[in-house]
Amino acid sequence: MELHEIADGLPEPVRKAWERSLTNGRAAMTRRTLLRATALAAGAGSLAACGIPPARTTSATGDSPVNSAKDLSDSEKVVNFSNWPLYIDVDDKNKDKHPSLDEFTAATGVKVRYNEDINDNVEFFGKVKPQLAAGQDTGRDLMVLTDWMAGKLIRLGWAQKLEMANVTTAITNLEARFRAPDWDPGRLYSYPWAGIQVVVAYNKKATKGKVVSSVSQLLDDPELKGRVTFLSEMRDTIGMVLLEQGKDPAKFTADDYNAAIARLQKGVDDKQIRKFTGNDYGQELSSGDIAACLAWGGDLIQLRADNPDIEFVIPDQGYVASTDNLLIPAKAQHKKNAERLIDFYYQPKIAAELTAGIGYVSPVTGVKDELVKLAPDAASNPLVIPTPEMAAKVHVFRSLTEAEESDFEEKFSRLIGA
Amino acid sequence: MTTTTEAAPPQVVPLEAARKKRRKLTAYWLLLPGIAWLVVFFAIPMVYQGSTSLQTGSLEQGFKLTWHFATYWDALVEYKWHFVRSFSYAAIATVLCLAIGYPLAYTIAFKANQRWRNVILILVIAPFFTSFLIRTLAWKTILSDGGPVVGALNHLHLLALSDAVGLTSGHRVLATPLAVVCGLTYNFLPFMILPLYTSLERIDPRLHEAANDLYARPFTIFRKVTFPISLPGVVAGTLLTFIPASGDYINAQLLGSPSEQMVGNGIQKQFLNVLAYPTAAALSFILMALILGMVTVYMRKAGTEELV
Repeated sequence: MELHEIADGLPEPVRKAWERSLTNGRAAMTRRTLLRATALAAGAGSLAACGIPPARTTSATGDSPVNSAKDLSDSEKVVNFSNWPLYIDVDDKNKDKHPSLDEFTAATGVKVRYNEDINDNVEFFGKVKPQLAAGQDTGRDLMVLTDWMAGKLIRLGWAQKLEMANVTTAITNLEARFRAPDWDPGRLYSYPWAGIQVVVAYNKKATKGKVVSSVSQLLDDPELKGRVTFLSEMRDTIGMVLLEQGKDPAKFTADDYNAAIARLQKGVDDKQIRKFTGNDYGQELSSGDIAACLAWGGDLIQLRADNPDIEFVIPDQGYVASTDNLLIPAKAQHKKNAERLIDFYYQPKIAAELTAGIGYVSPVTGVKDELVKLAPDAASNPLVIPTPEMAAKVHVFRSLTEAEESDFEEKFSRLIGA
Repeated sequence: MTTTTEAAPPQVVPLEAARKKRRKLTAYWLLLPGIAWLVVFFAIPMVYQGSTSLQTGSLEQGFKLTWHFATYWDALVEYKWHFVRSFSYAAIATVLCLAIGYPLAYTIAFKANQRWRNVILILVIAPFFTSFLIRTLAWKTILSDGGPVVGALNHLHLLALSDAVGLTSGHRVLATPLAVVCGLTYNFLPFMILPLYTSLERIDPRLHEAANDLYARPFTIFRKVTFPISLPGVVAGTLLTFIPASGDYINAQLLGSPSEQMVGNGIQKQFLNVLAYPTAAALSFILMALILGMVTVYMRKAGTEELV
């Protein structure tokens, strides 16, 4: 509101008196007060200047030239690949060597600069956001993000549309159930790297032989009190509770969500739930501090190898699965090389090598036949190659609108205590 | 000395003044790097953060400055218990650090010979060579439910006692307030010991002898001589412990349960998960203001003329 606007609203005598005092009274504008006022205004101005611009750079469907950069793939035979730690096969002798990447380089002549710099979807989002929002190259040509975060990048216009001619193997060999996620129908931007399953795990020594087979048991069994953990990944925990309540994570309402939160809140208040964890549940599950928990499939293979007391169960109500996806970020400079890498990993033989190395579900058709030759144990493990009964129980968490996401995350944050 | 200045001829004065002026300017030149650093890494981010806290909007639509002061009130109401927990855990940890750190610093300064003094000092600093995160994670193993520490405490029925007070629950330590306080105490202990040691080490042992000659008993010597002289160290140590401890979130995250989360956890979640930047920025400012208020009161009470 401007000064004169305030002044105009005042009765005539008051206004006159005010004007008088401004010009020659105690509040008169001396040079000093003018300077001070200017400084204040400048301060306010600089505050006002730092609004945060919208993150979206193009329309949601826009395959605009805005987000692509000049492709240097032919002149620079490299691809910068960002992935999660321990998410690729390693050589038995040399932990720094990744046989499947070496085979890619041998086959294509493209060198891979492989970085394990993604530890958490949101944390990584925070890391690359400034460049992406400013329309700059992140220095990465390929990144692996969980589907909801991949969906977010696509929605923001921060992922590049793939050139279909370069990913023909991937188009052919992608398992049918991964073909049409609601955040990237038709897989125009992304291809799965591996699938993640959320299951119920328990340490049978800690439960004294008792089988823990459902989410209800995690939430209600008094024998497990204070020794139960859930995952801090909102979609995985809520998805499993929604299933327990007979709702479908693929099409739930805000009321269903609130009911799931309330169910968990009761567990927190009663001290049934010990905490919400990321990957760090492994150590405590193994030591028995955690008797039972929600766990990720791939982790369990490793944990079970170290500690045979750890068991897992697929609840009758079903389980939640998601995928981590290969994505080319906006302004990436080696797009074609990145596409060739995506395509390369969709050959069943290479996919089998990767799967044997990481123990997560492969999205590639025909991987089982190759895996049987390479690692028969893994091929018969339902956590790697889901059995038909398991596949019938799988559910995905639907994508959220921006408003839902901030509302749900807010509620979930409150639940987990922060 | 005084006579020479008095006898100095009057025409020297302007020269002296010029030199004085130059000397004054030198001080500013020397301050320049520090000031530049403060402006770039403190003042500008503060203005930016201040602006963020008054904006409304969302990540995708962008945030606009709307002078929305209500965010502060909402954040304070929403996170009041987090603030209470942050400050009470930090206060308990600070008191514990002082209780553990003072005797140790005293021993290093007065009782240990030169060789042992260095060894103990190195032992105090050694944990700094590993990451904060790893040190905190180690406590998960130490305090594990089936581990020897919890076993011993249960054997002595001490956990039943702390359960009754509300410090622990379910006869375990992990995922209780006690674990968080232990983690904070451990992680910030060196920040208490080092300033205490430096201020104790400066005390002339002959003062003790003098006090002794005046028939003071050992406790009186400590109360009347040693402790008052070491007070600046106590003030510095408590500040260096309390301030970072109240903003800490790692210990609550790793060693606590959902009921022990501190303000830092709230800020982290609001920034990274909810993406509500204004709320997070407002929380940071409230935390800063509250700490500043407490520290001011504390400094007034404790007196800090000798701190520097």
